[in-house]
Amino acid sequence: MKFVKRLKLVAALVPALALGAEAVAQGSVSLLNVSYDPTREFYREYNEAFAKHWKGTAGQDVTVRQSHGGSGSQARAVIDGLDADVVTLALAYDVDALRKNADLIPEDWQSRLESNSSPYTSTIVLLVRKGNPKNIQDWDDLIRDDVEVITPNPKTSGGARWNYLAAWGYALKQYGGDEQKAYDFVSKLFANVPVLDPGARGATNTFVQRRLGDVFIAWENEAFLSVEQLGKGEYEIVVPSVSILAEPPVTVVDKNVDRKGTRAVAEGYLDYLYSDEAQRLAGKHYYRPSNPAIAAEFADKFPDVELFGIDEVFGGWNKAQEIHFNDGGHFDAILEAIAKR
Amino acid sequence: MTAALQAHSVKRKRFGSRNNRVIPGFGLTMGFTLLYLGFMFLIPVGGLLLYTSLMSWEEFWKAVSHPQVVASYKLSFGASFIGASINLVFGALVAWVLVRYEFPGKRVIDALVDLPFALPTAVAGIALVTLYASTGWVGQNLEVWGIKVAYTQLGVVVALTYIGLPFVVRTVQPVLEDLETEREEASASLGASRLTTVRRVILPALLPALLTGYALAFARAVGEYGSVVFISGNMPYRTEITPLLIVAKAEQYDYQGAAAIGTVMLVAAFLLLLVINGIQWWTSRRGL
Repeated sequence: MKFVKRLKLVAALVPALALGAEAVAQGSVSLLNVSYDPTREFYREYNEAFAKHWKGTAGQDVTVRQSHGGSGSQARAVIDGLDADVVTLALAYDVDALRKNADLIPEDWQSRLESNSSPYTSTIVLLVRKGNPKNIQDWDDLIRDDVEVITPNPKTSGGARWNYLAAWGYALKQYGGDEQKAYDFVSKLFANVPVLDPGARGATNTFVQRRLGDVFIAWENEAFLSVEQLGKGEYEIVVPSVSILAEPPVTVVDKNVDRKGTRAVAEGYLDYLYSDEAQRLAGKHYYRPSNPAIAAEFADKFPDVELFGIDEVFGGWNKAQEIHFNDGGHFDAILEAIAKR
Repeated sequence: MTAALQAHSVKRKRFGSRNNRVIPGFGLTMGFTLLYLGFMFLIPVGGLLLYTSLMSWEEFWKAVSHPQVVASYKLSFGASFIGASINLVFGALVAWVLVRYEFPGKRVIDALVDLPFALPTAVAGIALVTLYASTGWVGQNLEVWGIKVAYTQLGVVVALTYIGLPFVVRTVQPVLEDLETEREEASASLGASRLTTVRRVILPALLPALLTGYALAFARAVGEYGSVVFISGNMPYRTEITPLLIVAKAEQYDYQGAAAIGTVMLVAAFLLLLVINGIQWWTSRRGL
């Protein structure tokens, strides 16, 4: 039949076009870094620094393309075939999904680089309105009856899972490790949440533009950004007595770099994140540098706070996810109880 | 001329080319139609159903009948129903005004109707919540009357009404343009009252277009995500729409659970559209 012939012609044309595109990339090397939302400004600057460094050491021109979005949806894009050379996401659970769902990285990916593969870290802080009218000083102020709390939904936002776990970890410390008391504490906290935005962006909008809520639970780096950009003097950061060490990890996507032949430059890209220059850039963009010497330079910016890790308190991300956030977990039970009230 | 055409049709006596056609190409256009529908629609939907079919019946039932999910169906379909109904009435009114009357700024209003198509839904959602929140222009005035829109189920209805607005207008408009005013005049000169003219002459002619617009607005609203999540507040059991739950499932890499809820929405929407199309077919048969 005639149209079968035509179809064959079309089918023959498609790969030819793809080959043409591939050939263009021969002269220099290009990397795709799939990251999450608030790293945009940091990586823009870092990519320039790295290009200079790589030109000087390896003599190769490198252009780094960036992709930003919600951490979970970015991970799913890579699982579904987005050609990322490296991923720099918000939580290890999303990176580990590349292994569990698509076998793109090896089991030991998180021990390949220093500091749990997290060249920069952050923590969870409380953002309040100017003058701190509700006098919020620590986590236990968030369960007061007269306080409204804004946080995104931990079911849909990776960042919000840190918020929830930070509060849970605080309660555990406060009540001597009593899980039931921690559950009650977090229940009371979420009873004070009037709106659950799906992502951090929407939640920021709710707190800043809609002026809803008295306190916004946020990553430290994002809280700094809010204070700087969204209204100088309009907001204050309250650092709680205890908080969680938020580690946004990075990794090379092994299957992709081996297929594309970009392993050397991709590994160089991540290694250089630990250099003094990159560590200072991270500090400049409100992430806590993992190198203690560089972190000391930013000591006046980042107040000392007692930090606990997710592994020591919750036994790692996979366990935390299963117990707290998956369907039928603690978070579902808490919200069901609140809805029935 | 006729002889040449006849010769042509004899030569190409194939399926779909029986009639004398000025423009040939049934094979090519049909082929591309199937290819296009296949890639754009059948394969994605097939994938959805395939994912769902990998679940056991118990798993499927557990995923789609959880009280939180059921509460979201009620909200999603209920608010879409209300939104589409509002658009049915006011969309028809807008179309009427735009077709039947001349007034300054008509073109601007005509262009504005399409805005919900063009505006990114997230922008629409933020704009709506800015207006309707208790700090917004509209919201603070409604608050005086004790009406809360933002972060309530009413907010969901507002967003779904907004995104469905163009559908009824744009389906009714061309039909109304073809409906000569002479028919109304004829009706009047035969002694029909104004109400009778509307009821017996205008409405029957518009009914198929109205129903199509209604169905489109409804279907669009059921699947809407971007604008609603900003204004609804997304509280489980109260203001959480079904598409958000699908996102939440995907976020925990529960693809099957997400596909199961997606399938329920697909089937429900399909059945409802079938009913609407059935009504349309029935009314056109009756020749109302």
